Amino acid sequence: MVGEIGLFALIVAFTLALTQSIIPLVGAHYGDSRFMRCGSAVALGQLGFIALAFAALTSSFVNSDFSIRNVAENSNSAMPLIYKIAATWGNHEGSMVLWVLILAVFGAAVAIFGTNLPESLKARALSVQGMIGAGFLAFILFTSNPFIRLDPAPVDGQDLNPLLQDIGLAIHPPFLYLGYVGFSMAFSFSVAALIEGRVDAAWARWVRPWVLAAWCFLTIGITLGSFWAYYELGWGGWWFWDPVENASFMPWLAGTALLHSALVVERRQTLVNWTILLGILTFSLSLIGTFLVRSGILTSVHSFALDPSRGIFVLGLLAVTSGGALALYAYRAPSLKQGTPFAAVSRESSLVLNNVLLISAAATVFLGTFYPLVIEAMSDDKISVGPPFYNLTFVPMMIPLLVVIAVGPMLKWKRDTLRSAVRKLTYAGAIAGVGVLAILIATFGAHVLAALALGLALWIVAGSLAILAHRTRLGQVPFRKSLDLARATPRAVYGLIFAHAGLGIAVAGITAMTAWQNEVLEALPVGGKLDLSGYEVTLKSVTTPNGPNFEAERATFEVTDNGDYVTTLFTERRFYPVRRTQTTEAGIYTNVLANIYLAIGKKNDAGEWTVRAYYHPLAPWIWFGPIIMALGGFISLSDRRFRVGAPRRAAAAPALVPAE
Amino acid sequence: MARSGLFSLFALLVLILLSPPSLAVEPDEMLDDPALEARARDLSQTLRCVVCQNQSIDDSNAPLAHDLRVLLRERLKAGDTDEAAIDFIVARYGNFVLLKPPMQVNTLPLWFGPAAIFLIALIGFGLLIRRRASAPVQPDALTQAERDELQSILEKGRAS
Repeated sequence: MVGEIGLFALIVAFTLALTQSIIPLVGAHYGDSRFMRCGSAVALGQLGFIALAFAALTSSFVNSDFSIRNVAENSNSAMPLIYKIAATWGNHEGSMVLWVLILAVFGAAVAIFGTNLPESLKARALSVQGMIGAGFLAFILFTSNPFIRLDPAPVDGQDLNPLLQDIGLAIHPPFLYLGYVGFSMAFSFSVAALIEGRVDAAWARWVRPWVLAAWCFLTIGITLGSFWAYYELGWGGWWFWDPVENASFMPWLAGTALLHSALVVERRQTLVNWTILLGILTFSLSLIGTFLVRSGILTSVHSFALDPSRGIFVLGLLAVTSGGALALYAYRAPSLKQGTPFAAVSRESSLVLNNVLLISAAATVFLGTFYPLVIEAMSDDKISVGPPFYNLTFVPMMIPLLVVIAVGPMLKWKRDTLRSAVRKLTYAGAIAGVGVLAILIATFGAHVLAALALGLALWIVAGSLAILAHRTRLGQVPFRKSLDLARATPRAVYGLIFAHAGLGIAVAGITAMTAWQNEVLEALPVGGKLDLSGYEVTLKSVTTPNGPNFEAERATFEVTDNGDYVTTLFTERRFYPVRRTQTTEAGIYTNVLANIYLAIGKKNDAGEWTVRAYYHPLAPWIWFGPIIMALGGFISLSDRRFRVGAPRRAAAAPALVPAE
Repeated sequence: MARSGLFSLFALLVLILLSPPSLAVEPDEMLDDPALEARARDLSQTLRCVVCQNQSIDDSNAPLAHDLRVLLRERLKAGDTDEAAIDFIVARYGNFVLLKPPMQVNTLPLWFGPAAIFLIALIGFGLLIRRRASAPVQPDALTQAERDELQSILEKGRAS
C-alpha cells in the first residue's frame, strides 16, 4: 500500500510540475498576476508530493518491504537502520527520487523566499524549474520506477553494495545532489532573464547566494567522497580522476567560475552575458554528470548501446535543456545591455582571468572524460585516460591560478596598478620565499618541485591573511583600532579569506602527500613489528568478530614512538556473504600534521598477515582545506548584504533535507 | 572476437566474485632487488587494471592486476628496459592498458586540446580586456524606473 501511495504521489507531482512549467510562463507573457502567482502554490504542492513519495520509499526500506523490487535488490533485514535509510538513495531509482526532491526543495525556496523578486522573473524562473522537474519525474516514471512490486516477494533482500555501507558514503549523495541540483537555480534564473531580456544587479544579488550555497554543498560532497575513497579502499588513494569523480568535479570548476563572475555582475553590472552562459553551462555539466553516472555508458560504450533506454532519456533531457537554453541564449544574449568598462588591471579583469583558467581546466577534464568514449565509439581502438594525463594537462593550468589567486582580491574595482597590488603582498611573498628556501635546505635540495608547490601554498594562505591585514591597516594604526576595523569588516570578506586560504591548505596537503608519503609492505606474524617513518608498529592480535551482516578479520595494532605509546589502531577486512564482497576498513591515526594508516590483507601459508602501513605527511589537510573553503562559503552567505536578496534562512533550509 | 571478449569478461567476473580478493601489491610478489622493485612500482602505477574502473594495477586487488604485476616483474627480471616491458604488455592488452594514453594520430586532439582551449580562452580574454578598456566611460545609466524598482527591492530587503 505504501508503495502505491508513493507511486501515486510521484504521478501527482509530475502533473503539478507540468502545470508549473506552463501556467506561470503564460501568466508572465500576458502580465496576468493570478497565473503568475499560481507558480508558487504549485511549486509547494510539488515539493509536498515528492516528499511524500520519498517518505514512502524510505519507509519501505526501513520496514524491509521486500515485495518492492528496489528494496529487495538493495537492502537486507540484517542491515543496521542507518544503512537501510541510506539504501533509499544508494541505488539508481532512489537516487533519482532524491534528485527531484532536492530540485523541488529549491523550487519551493524560490516560492517562499522570492517575495521581493520582480513578479514576472519569479514566475518565469519557477516555470523553468518546473520544466526540469517534469523531465526528471517523467524519467523516473517511465524508465526508473522505484515502486515496482515483486510477486512472490523474496524472503530476504540482496543487501546494499557493501562499499556503500559506510557513514561517509551514506551522506555523500545528499550533499553532492544539493550541489548539483542547486545549480539549477542559476540555470532557471539565467533562462528566465533571457526570456525577460534584462539582467541587473538585483538579479545577480538573487542568484549569487544560491550558487554559493550549491557550491558549498558540492565542495563538501566531493570532499566526503574523496575521504571515503581514502579510508575505505585500503591503500591511501584519495583522487583517481575516475569519470565518476570527474562528473562531480566539472560542475564544481564551472560553478566556482560562476561564483566569481556573478560577483562582477552584482558589483559592477558587467560580464552579464558571460555569467548567464556560465549559469547554463554549469547546470548542463551537472546534467552531464547525471548522464555519465546513470546511463551505464562508463562501463562500456557498447553495453550502453545494448540497453540504452535510460541513457537515451537522460541524453534527450540534456539535449532539450541545454540545447534549448543555449539556443535561447544565442537569440537573446546580443540584446542584453553591455556592461561598464574596466581597465586591463582591475578586480574585474582578474576575475575574468579566474574564469579563463577555471573554464579551461573544466574543459580539460571534460576532454579527458569523454575522449575515450569517442575513440571507442568511432573505432576499434580503446584508450584509457588516467592520472598521468591530468598531471601533464590539468595541473599546469592550475599553477597560474594558484599564483594569481592572491593578487586578485588585492586589486581595486575598475582600475588599479599591479605594483600597488603586489606591494600589499610583500610579506606574503617573503613568507613564501623563506618557506621554499627552508624546505630546500631541510631536504638538501632533493625536492625542488615540492618545495615550490609548498611555497605556492604558503603564498596563498599568507596572501589571504594579507587581505585582512590590509583592511585593518595592521601595524599602521594602533592595534585597538585594527581590532575595530576587523569587527567592521563584512563577513563576505572573511568568507573570501577562508575560501582562498582553504585552497592553500589543500595544496599543501596534496603536495606533501605526493612527495613524501612512505609505504611499508610486510608480511607479519601476530606479535611481529615493522618500522614506519620512525614509528614502531606491532601487530598485537587478529580476531574474527562478526558484524550484523558481515564477517570480519579484525587486527589490533599498537603504535609506539621510541618506546612511548602513541595509539592503538584497529583495521578490518570485512566479508559480506549476501553480496560475496570484501571491504577494507583502514585504521587511521592522525596528529593533524600526518596520518598513520594501517590496513591488513590476507594471511599467507606461513600464518603471516600482509600488513600495509603508510605514513602520510599533511594528508589530513587535503580534506581540511576544502572543508575550510566550504566554511568560507557559509560565512559569506551569512553576510547581511545577502539578506537583501535572500534571507539568511534560505541558506540553511536545504541543509535540512538529508534528515528526512 | 566479441564473443570471446564477453566470455573472458564473464570468466574474470566469476574469478573476482569467487576468489577472496587480495589487497594490491603483496609481499610475496615483490622482487628482492630494491632498485628493480622500485622500477616495477613506478611502472605499475601507469598501467591500468583492465577489468577495473580507472585503477592502476598497483592499486587494484583484482586477480588480473596481480597477474600483470607478476608479469611486469618477470619482464624486468629478464632484463627488459622500462619501455620494452611496457611494450610487451601493450602488445598483449592494447593501448587500453596505458593510463597515460599514447601520442598518436587519434589522440592528438586529446593531448593538444587542453593547450588549444587555454590559448583560445586567453586570446578571448585579451580581446575582451581591450574592448572593455577602450569602451566609453559612461554607458547608459539606470533609467528612473529601474532606479525606483531597485530602491524598493532594497528597502523591502532591509525591512524583512
